[in-house]
Amino acid sequence: MDLAFTQEEEAFRAEARTWLNAHVPSTPLPSLETEEGFAAHRAWEAELAADRWSVVDWPAVYGGRDAGLVRWLLFEEEYYAAGAPGRVGQNGVSLLAPTLFDHGTEDQRARVLPPMATGEVVWAQAWSEPEAGSDLASLRSRAVRTAGGWLLSGQKTWSSRAAFADRAFGLFRSDPQPAKPHQGLTYVMFDLRAPGVTVRPIRRLDGRPAFAELFLDEVFVPDEDVIGEPGQGWRVAMSTAGNERGLTLRSPGRFLAGAGRLCALWRAQGSPDAVRHRVADALIGARAYQLFTYAAASRHLDGAVLGPESSLNKVFWSEYDIALTETALDILDAADEPADTEWAERYVFALAGPIYAGTNEIQRDIIAERLLGLPKGRR
Amino acid sequence: MRFLPSTEQRAFADSLTALLTAADTPSVVRDWSRGDQTGGRALWSRLTEAGVFALAVPEGYEGMGPRPVELAVAFVELGRHAVPGPLVETVTAATLLAALDDPGPAERLLPALVSGKSAATVARGGYALDADAADVRLRVSGPESAAAPNRAAESAAELRLAPAPGLPRPSLDPARRLFPLPPGGELLAAGPQVTAAMADALRIARLTTAAQALGVGLALLDRTVAYVRQRTQFGVPIGSFQAVKHQLADAKIALEFARPLVLGAALTMTGQDIAAAKVTACEAAYATARTALQLHGAIGYTAEYDLSLWLTKARALRTAWGSPDECRAAVLGNGDRPQWW
Repeated sequence: MDLAFTQEEEAFRAEARTWLNAHVPSTPLPSLETEEGFAAHRAWEAELAADRWSVVDWPAVYGGRDAGLVRWLLFEEEYYAAGAPGRVGQNGVSLLAPTLFDHGTEDQRARVLPPMATGEVVWAQAWSEPEAGSDLASLRSRAVRTAGGWLLSGQKTWSSRAAFADRAFGLFRSDPQPAKPHQGLTYVMFDLRAPGVTVRPIRRLDGRPAFAELFLDEVFVPDEDVIGEPGQGWRVAMSTAGNERGLTLRSPGRFLAGAGRLCALWRAQGSPDAVRHRVADALIGARAYQLFTYAAASRHLDGAVLGPESSLNKVFWSEYDIALTETALDILDAADEPADTEWAERYVFALAGPIYAGTNEIQRDIIAERLLGLPKGRR
Repeated sequence: MRFLPSTEQRAFADSLTALLTAADTPSVVRDWSRGDQTGGRALWSRLTEAGVFALAVPEGYEGMGPRPVELAVAFVELGRHAVPGPLVETVTAATLLAALDDPGPAERLLPALVSGKSAATVARGGYALDADAADVRLRVSGPESAAAPNRAAESAAELRLAPAPGLPRPSLDPARRLFPLPPGGELLAAGPQVTAAMADALRIARLTTAAQALGVGLALLDRTVAYVRQRTQFGVPIGSFQAVKHQLADAKIALEFARPLVLGAALTMTGQDIAAAKVTACEAAYATARTALQLHGAIGYTAEYDLSLWLTKARALRTAWGSPDECRAAVLGNGDRPQWW
């Protein structure tokens, strides 16, 4: 049992730090939930990709460094410690890419991954539908067979990043009357600018179009953009959901850096006693999440498949993020100054955490039923 | 980086669990609370044979230590089985004695702790836990922490072997018997070396208390999960109700995030990591105790039901060897951020 990194891992960390110190923009980019900010973040992805820092854990052939899980964690620590911008490509990188590595064809990986790594193609997720939140099995949008592919029709909603993104991925019902609701779903990738697609941006709490509604009217998708077998989309998607909730969606580096900045903010305001406990708890929570992730990564490297335990992560980081950003806002308010825009934006973003990627109610059900062995009941 | 207990460490935990499961600890705890130490002493001998106390004692004094990771692993199991006695205090005393510049007291007292002939307790002004069961009763006076140096006070620091205690004061956890130590006693060491040694000892005290609390919390969760699976209301197990499930899920989350902090602190042994582990494990165990009581209902509120043995311990460990407030202050430090990034 140890927490020590190898010389090679430390050298990798040092190389990342050096590069980031030389390249991270000295002033923050505009919010990525604006058109201007989206473009600026896309350009940042290209800059990262030029020196192969955008997807360090991917194989080199797709633009990565074959860095593996531990180095990815170290890279993330350095990335956020350097104050580098938020990642506009996250939906694609953390949700679609793992699915393609597990279930995609060689052709799909070769076509989709390199432009994802450079930010040339930014992906939105298209899971949710009206009337179907965390209950994905009740999806109603259809995929109907046609020559050489499928025609998508229906409506998707709460589609993160779709206001400015290029393409989307999601589940569609290809069998209208399956034996069970989880069956007859097909996982497809489609173009947000294809004929038949209407994107209606939705403004979130702060007025920024962080997500969108998608209206699909017989949108053609060729067979080569179906991931896995038609009708098997649920199984394909579930392997991705574990990634979303678990190791890769929110790296500890993000919260370690956030807690450090919170602590600095607190000291800069004269270390007010009123929030002393909350600042300490933010530091402790970041360390707990880091060590929990190291343990999960160690199990993963030993060959364990990370299953329902990713629900523990999801509840933890989503609630932690709100506590962290709330504390910062309280410190700023107490200092009789307007809430700093960066913390305010982080706070608004954090508020969505317990809602997306499977609500925290669903996660707690999974923890209770699958980790504690409690009987299933009515929700 | 392989941040998981080794095969040997897991086997050690399993062997302690087997030993403790066979020992019927609830009846040992109840006897101990009444002042009957027969069962407790027998259990103490078994734990000594298993090497638990030797882990805190350096090899130079016939021990196998110091081995904080193994100590943490062991104390999780001791907490899980609600083992009574001055467990934390004995390893704290061992660390304190071994850390003195003057090797005399350690040479004289430590081998008996390793062999199980003696148990020890330590007091820093307040009460000494289970002082009637301990042959080595240490009292530290003067500053406790090297973090706040004060030369005049440091040179006044003293470590004494206290005389036999009087009567205990009742504790919220009946198994934790609290004794005021009488003044006087043999002077073992004095001056800054006592302050420095106590700082080392406090780290071990907090680490093992945190590990013990984690074990207490895990036991409370296990017992409550078993209870809500078999207890029915409205014709179904109460564990099928979402309101019940979600409380237990929160307890599980809190404990599972405390676990890596405890093990991580045992690896780094920094004051900040240890304080973080202490506050988190103790708060998780205490929150789990509240949930356990709520979900058991009235039966959980009785002294006759075994759950009470863990419930009261969760409350007591929360303040033992550093309140949540003290530990949070230690995490924040004196201006330096923790070295976690």
